[in-house]
Amino acid sequence: MNPTTRRSVLRGALAAAATPLLAGCVTAGGGDQGPALRGQVTKDNPLGVALDAPLEVVIFKGAYGDQYALDAERAYNQRHPQAKINHQAIQKVGEALQPRFVADTPPDVVDNTGAGALDLPTLVKANQVSDLSELLDSPSLHDPSVRVRDTLLPGVVDDGTFNGRPRALNLVYTAWGVWYSRTLFAERGWSYPKTWDEMLTLCGEIKKSGIAPWTHQGKYPDYVGDLLVSMAFKAGGNDLLVAVDNLEPNAWKHEAMINAATAFAELVGRGYVMPGSEGLSHTEAQAAWSQGKAAFLPSGSWLESEQKGVTPENFQMVMMPPPQLSTSDKMPAAAVRAGGAQSFIVPEKARNRQGGMDFLRTLFAVPQARRFAELASALPSVKGATEGLRLSSGVDSVRNAVNAAGDNAFRYRFRTWYGTLKKSWDDATGELFTGRLTPQQWADRVQRAADAVARDPNITKYRR
Amino acid sequence: MKHGKYRFLAMAILPALALHVIFVLSPYAQAFYLSLTDWTGVAGQANFVGLDNFARLGEDPLFLSALGNNALMLIVVPLATIAIALFLASMLNLGGRRGRAEVQGVAGGKVYKIVYFFPQLLSVPIIAVLWQFVYSPNNGLLNGFLSAVGLDGLARTWLADGSVALWAVMAVMVWSAVGFYVVLFSAAMDSIPRELFEAARLDGAGRLATFRSITLPLVRDNVNAAFVYLGIAALDGFALVQILSVGPGGPDGATEVIGLGLYRNAFSFGQFGYASAMGVALFFLTLTLAVIAMRSGRRTKVEMA
Repeated sequence: MNPTTRRSVLRGALAAAATPLLAGCVTAGGGDQGPALRGQVTKDNPLGVALDAPLEVVIFKGAYGDQYALDAERAYNQRHPQAKINHQAIQKVGEALQPRFVADTPPDVVDNTGAGALDLPTLVKANQVSDLSELLDSPSLHDPSVRVRDTLLPGVVDDGTFNGRPRALNLVYTAWGVWYSRTLFAERGWSYPKTWDEMLTLCGEIKKSGIAPWTHQGKYPDYVGDLLVSMAFKAGGNDLLVAVDNLEPNAWKHEAMINAATAFAELVGRGYVMPGSEGLSHTEAQAAWSQGKAAFLPSGSWLESEQKGVTPENFQMVMMPPPQLSTSDKMPAAAVRAGGAQSFIVPEKARNRQGGMDFLRTLFAVPQARRFAELASALPSVKGATEGLRLSSGVDSVRNAVNAAGDNAFRYRFRTWYGTLKKSWDDATGELFTGRLTPQQWADRVQRAADAVARDPNITKYRR
Repeated sequence: MKHGKYRFLAMAILPALALHVIFVLSPYAQAFYLSLTDWTGVAGQANFVGLDNFARLGEDPLFLSALGNNALMLIVVPLATIAIALFLASMLNLGGRRGRAEVQGVAGGKVYKIVYFFPQLLSVPIIAVLWQFVYSPNNGLLNGFLSAVGLDGLARTWLADGSVALWAVMAVMVWSAVGFYVVLFSAAMDSIPRELFEAARLDGAGRLATFRSITLPLVRDNVNAAFVYLGIAALDGFALVQILSVGPGGPDGATEVIGLGLYRNAFSFGQFGYASAMGVALFFLTLTLAVIAMRSGRRTKVEMA
């Protein structure tokens, strides 16, 4: 070990590090794909797709498979027969695409979904995803008299919008709420409560019958956290929701937030939550619920497909909106958190950007969306796509909840926009559910985290 | 002739060196540079921000709790692992006695050695999933065992209780590492001449005295190496915490480690620059640890005459 050698190596490393610094570029050579390809805009080709431009489609192949995408590609090919389609179905979207975004050679359309998906706000901040206004304002494929924008369910466009610009389109329409077994409830003569007082009364009854009233996926505290803030927003109304998303001072200390936190703390305090739930993974908690060890479980509309194989036949799972905190809530009992999941994006630097958008126009038209609903047994974001389809108990209950909510479906964005706030909210909620934080302390802590995000110049802010 | 020798050496060394520079040194250099930028990780452009990222580290409560947790792991994991491994290895190799002076391993030592080594064959994710079942609150092995022996009072939600969660994670780290060091120390003890032990025994030294005065000084080099390896492992812990812990990193930061914060900032928050700063900090911590361990090892080296 010769110190001079070590030092000279270090010097060399520093020099190597400084070279790209001067260039301001992370990678040495970014591949330039050339300008985006464009074709003639005609009545049949409103987005001006270059007819012979190849199209690269990247699909996340998860629970929903990729057959629906292959079908949509075939439909795209029928309209653009000269286009060569490169279909890629993968699991780790982020790992595969990050280097391509960095090198400015991204695919033309991406299903940015799954555990390894790229962070959407980061992509937006780095200006890597196209503004989809052009697509949304183009005539829909199944009814040219209606713009694509107007064929989507409420909130779908809003959910992918960042500071007024639509950047992502979600294919799956998701609602979040409280799940129970219709069979179990019919057997025992229980009915789903409308207010929290009724919930507590029912929980007392359930507990007496030897079943734990609630369990939750404690390892990931956002499952209950989402339910908690949903109840708070129902009580405090849209103003509170917007205040929270806009990081306004003291929004988390609103009376409705404290009341919702108190309501859940009471659930724990009265012993209405299955012991040990705070340490259970989603698999464990949901298995316990499917086995009838607990009556209520918070989750989103994907629960039914996730529980396939562990749920007894004739379990008949149903999702309902969280109960009202009281009858003086600003939103009606039917109000439910609903919005999109499974985000499709068109990279800004895509060579065939217009083709990417036209692919989405194909996928989000009724025939393809309906095909997706059949194949994936999930609710697509397109109006009327499931009309006349026979749906399973869970998906049907989600559709009913969404229909009943109508314009009272709501969605909040803070958890997507601000990762650091979501993390603090997660941690605080976990502590609230084990009784280590009081509702007031919970609100104080999340508010501090929100204030910190608001102050942080490194974090891009979004408003609604 | 000499010329030919150098050419041969160059041919032998240069390809490996080139690979090392491309795949090891250049990523390091790049990480150092990225730690001075605000790179998002998804675009080709980055702005130079000087030492801002390092200043932010000092104000990040999660990073600070990660530092604290890693520090505790750095003390507990190597000490516990080495202590247990030394005990088991000396029992396996030198624990038995025969006749007036002969020293040998306990009966069945070879079988034990293989059994202890088993966890080493499992990958970290499998170990993590396995122990998740052990710690599971309602039908887990640990709580089940405690209630079977009438210690219900001790049963708890191991991974969701902030006061024990980190200890639960460290126990898994120790469990999975011990076997390897038992084998390592066994090999070292095997190479100690038996006469030394027999002489000590004839002089009336007990097991403990023999261990302190003969075994330990003669396996010192291996113990030092073990400290370095285990120290580096204790500064990491990412994969285990990511899969095993609540949150992950919870409850409320109780099991947060530097690697986890790095991963979260890079891949969930799109702050590759800041995450690189964490990586650079971790690099210097690891380097310091290795240097200290090596230096302290050099001083206490015992030569076998």
